[in-house]
Amino acid sequence: MVVPGQGADGLFKPEQVKLRIEHLSVAYSDGTESLRDINLSIPEKATTVLFGPAGGGKSTLLRTLNRLNDLADVVDCQGHVWLDDVDILSPKVDVIELRRRVGMVFARPVVLPLTIRENLTYGLELSGEQNRSRLDDAVERSLHNAALWEEVHDRLDEPASSLSGGQQQRLCLARSLALEPDIILLDEPTSGLDPISTGKVETSLSHLKQDYTIVLVPHSIQQAARTADFAAFFLGGELIEYAVGRQIFTNPRDQRTEDYVEGRFG
Amino acid sequence: MINSEGIHTAPRGGALRRKRIQRFGFLGMTLATALTVTPILLIVAHIYSTGMPAISLPFLTEIPRDGMRAGGILPAIVGTFWLTLGTALVAVPLGVGAAIYLSEYASDNRWTRAIRVAIINLAGIPSVVYGLFGLGLFVLFLGFGTSLLAGSLTLAIMTIPVIISTAEEALRAVPNSFRVVSISLGATQWQTIRRIVLPQALPGILTGIILGLERAAGETAPILFTVAAFFLPRLPTSIFDASMALPYHLFVISTQVPGMPIKIQYGTAVVLLTFVLGMNIIATVIRSRARARRRW
Repeated sequence: MVVPGQGADGLFKPEQVKLRIEHLSVAYSDGTESLRDINLSIPEKATTVLFGPAGGGKSTLLRTLNRLNDLADVVDCQGHVWLDDVDILSPKVDVIELRRRVGMVFARPVVLPLTIRENLTYGLELSGEQNRSRLDDAVERSLHNAALWEEVHDRLDEPASSLSGGQQQRLCLARSLALEPDIILLDEPTSGLDPISTGKVETSLSHLKQDYTIVLVPHSIQQAARTADFAAFFLGGELIEYAVGRQIFTNPRDQRTEDYVEGRFG
Repeated sequence: MINSEGIHTAPRGGALRRKRIQRFGFLGMTLATALTVTPILLIVAHIYSTGMPAISLPFLTEIPRDGMRAGGILPAIVGTFWLTLGTALVAVPLGVGAAIYLSEYASDNRWTRAIRVAIINLAGIPSVVYGLFGLGLFVLFLGFGTSLLAGSLTLAIMTIPVIISTAEEALRAVPNSFRVVSISLGATQWQTIRRIVLPQALPGILTGIILGLERAAGETAPILFTVAAFFLPRLPTSIFDASMALPYHLFVISTQVPGMPIKIQYGTAVVLLTFVLGMNIIATVIRSRARARRRW
């Protein structure tokens, strides 16, 4: 039995929990999108989808999970987010280290104004890695994982901006993977992509979830249904329902979830 | 109206009128451009055609003789070179540093807005006021005397606002998404600035630096009281030496020395103009190169 707003106890075993969000509330100074008392457990090695209409708090939650919200105009942030028993909201947490463990892919592909290779080694070099062969290994491995190796392996030293939009977004995914994070956050990663590129990204994600914890904000309800192992429905800054993917899209418990899934409001 | 293919078109008269207005507009703007450019070209052409005959190796490498009516202008050239270099050494780190602080670190509040307004106002202060300020602070109060040091510092204070404004603009032109992505990959704010923001903004910053220094190199009023010697037929040997400088020398030989050969006046103007135009051309080349290389 899943109680709305009470996380997903019983959906998976306690030892599978990677992220445990407790009583999380976030408010911005301009009063836009915020979160109210979110309780949610996210399992390892699975795809958890956060979906719902715009302004529901999905992006805010993602940005809280790697403390990118530190850059935003947050006036109030309460509660706890436990990542392997460390409260990442604690002021004592090493934010730099956290962001290496929790990678992020944004809606718009933003490649850094560097070469393809430099984009991939950027984070590793900043963390002090200088060994050329280890860097090369990371480049090749992450490009394979993001299904981009075949297309770019012979042009690694060209500007990353010379890639197509779909390739750039897979490069952004590979760039996160190069740091070997535990968790990958994706905020509508395919919203600007054509269906073929979208398919490639979704396919890589379905392979990646065997090794990584994936938290995805999908750009459509169809994508949510295609990719979700677990799905959480957000509305107006609150978690309405959290359940196994198959169930929430076919047989939601909450009337509001049902209305949204069936397209009665956007 | 509907034409033969059944497509709606505007009435003919209206289209003609719009076309005519457009043509007049273009004509007006072309004229405005020509009016702006022509005087500059005329000035440059006049100075070069009159002054070039004076340019010779001795003119550039000898000290003035015969009450500056003969010989060369080497002390003035060297003086302006050192002044510009000294200005750069002080103004570039301070100006770029302040721009980085304002653009990357300072939050947008009443205090920083006041600083920005102050910087804009500083850029508008007449240069002679900077000269008097330099006289009061560096020459007299700090006891540097009329010296290259006092002159460079005065010119630096005048140049810093220009460098800050242009550098800050260049930094702000770097898309914020680069900063967010870099931070999300575990970079510190300084690493982000060093590796992503500064390289992207560098052409704009360099352009601002060169344009600011170019103005400093050509100014007369700020060096009038702080460094410039009326006639000092030797090269400066330390930063506490007074020195001749091209703009002031030009002023002196144009107005203060009777029986001055016109050739030498214009020759000096040619050297100063070449110095300044040369810096301008370097700035333009840097900018266009960077634009061609831009990677986003």
